[in-house]
Amino acid sequence: MKIFKSISNAAIKKAEEQIFRVLMLLSSLLILFALILLIISVFVKGLPALSWEMISQVPKGGFYFGKEGGILNAILGSAYLSLGAVLLAFIISLPVALFINIHIVQRKRLVNFVRFLLDLLWGVPSIVYGAFAFSIMIYMGWKTSLIAGIFTVSLFIIPIMVRGMDEVLKTVPRGLLETSLSLGSTKSETAYFVFFRQCTPGIITAVLLSFGRAIGDVASILFTTGYTDHLPTSLTQPTATLPLAIFFQLTSPIKEVQERAYASALILTFIVLIVSILSRVFSVKFKKNKISE
Amino acid sequence: MENHSTKIKIENLDLYFGKKQILKNIEAEIPKNKLTVILGPSGCGKTTLLKCLNRLMDLYPEVRVKGHILIDDQDILHTTNGLNILRKRMGLLSQQPYPLPMSIYRNVAYGLRISGRRKKRFLDKRVEHYLNMVNLWDEVKDRLKEPASGLSIGQQQRLCLARGLAVDPEIILADEPTSALDPISSEAIEKKFMELKSRYTIVVVTHILRQAKRIADNVIFMYLGEVIEQGPAEEFFNNPKEEKTKQFLKGAFN
Repeated sequence: MKIFKSISNAAIKKAEEQIFRVLMLLSSLLILFALILLIISVFVKGLPALSWEMISQVPKGGFYFGKEGGILNAILGSAYLSLGAVLLAFIISLPVALFINIHIVQRKRLVNFVRFLLDLLWGVPSIVYGAFAFSIMIYMGWKTSLIAGIFTVSLFIIPIMVRGMDEVLKTVPRGLLETSLSLGSTKSETAYFVFFRQCTPGIITAVLLSFGRAIGDVASILFTTGYTDHLPTSLTQPTATLPLAIFFQLTSPIKEVQERAYASALILTFIVLIVSILSRVFSVKFKKNKISE
Repeated sequence: MENHSTKIKIENLDLYFGKKQILKNIEAEIPKNKLTVILGPSGCGKTTLLKCLNRLMDLYPEVRVKGHILIDDQDILHTTNGLNILRKRMGLLSQQPYPLPMSIYRNVAYGLRISGRRKKRFLDKRVEHYLNMVNLWDEVKDRLKEPASGLSIGQQQRLCLARGLAVDPEIILADEPTSALDPISSEAIEKKFMELKSRYTIVVVTHILRQAKRIADNVIFMYLGEVIEQGPAEEFFNNPKEEKTKQFLKGAFN
């Protein structure tokens, strides 16, 4: 009898394993399917409307009704806005991430509190950041402008960037910190010469992640950056952006303009894709010196 | 006659991790230019004591320390500035080698570079000198620009020793430096210690009795956070005074 029992046990285990395998496979396929569908639909709808004009000219005839011209203003605007915001956020985020992992690493409660705060900020919807920045702008009497957008967007990607870097820096073995300190380096030297080097690929990923959020977000720039038909020329002027261009074109009553929205979406997707691939290629270069445990 | 000057003196040292007391009233002396072994079973506080010496315990949460540690008659336990200068006086060799995430050359030159020595000719010479000192030069001279992580564990540990020596310390602290190594690499490290001890004060933490017997001039025996017995190696091994020591030497705790 015993032998039968063990056979049935094994059979149950095997069936269990099979069921979970199928479940995991199905959910992976589902995600992949959704992603492919999304890309295909943007391609199919956007490609016919895509033209050299689209990416080389500014709109003609207003962004609700204009069938002519292009969205160069929005492409440049988005590039300026997201690059500016990412740069600003990086300058602030890197020291914060290094500081909580090296300088105050022994103060566990404080570090965990900082992480908790950052996670809260991460969870705040970007429209709230937009509204917050807008209220400050009203108070100070500022107009919508590129610089206001850069500030707002960097504010809302800082938590994402810090926590992204933090998660990588956390994985650096304690021994490396002790090693570097016992060679006589200060904590800041350890931060920038050792931890930064060790984590460069992960830090690039964190920056990339926040770049994706920065270039794709509408809510935070709606009130702060505004929109215009001109090329962005000044930090203090309103600036067009791709997500808003898509929004305006998509809500237009005219069919041709709606189609142009998909072309804009395609351009936006391309930009994110290219930046993503470039930074991945770039980060491989930094992997070679990384020590592993 | 032998020179019995004391390099490190530990007085009334208590250390708490939260509410738990890890080190209990440690009193110990570490003689200059000798090899002192801190011996004891796992979990007795040997490593904690070692890391107090170069203040690495500062990096751990909820640690409280009381007492004094005197190095050349200067209390180092309660100073807050110049920690990097203090730590530079003590080379550290940890259980597992941690090469810095850079090339072999840069690893050895690291300490010199951060203290402002950047002339290439000078660095080249120093790097060669210290790599030679740990018998690593011939093995790596053709790939100095390659990442240090590509070396074998035994080579990495020797590299770490060279890197520590390059900042010209007075003291070498080693925390079970051979525990991750194969027998041949272990022997190489032990041999190196024997050569170096005339010029450096060396403190080695180990739980391996035989290793202690091979290398120690002086022994500090710890058990459950207390120093049970200490003194010159010969006397310690041949004529132990405490009951706990006798038991340990018979292999009772291992």
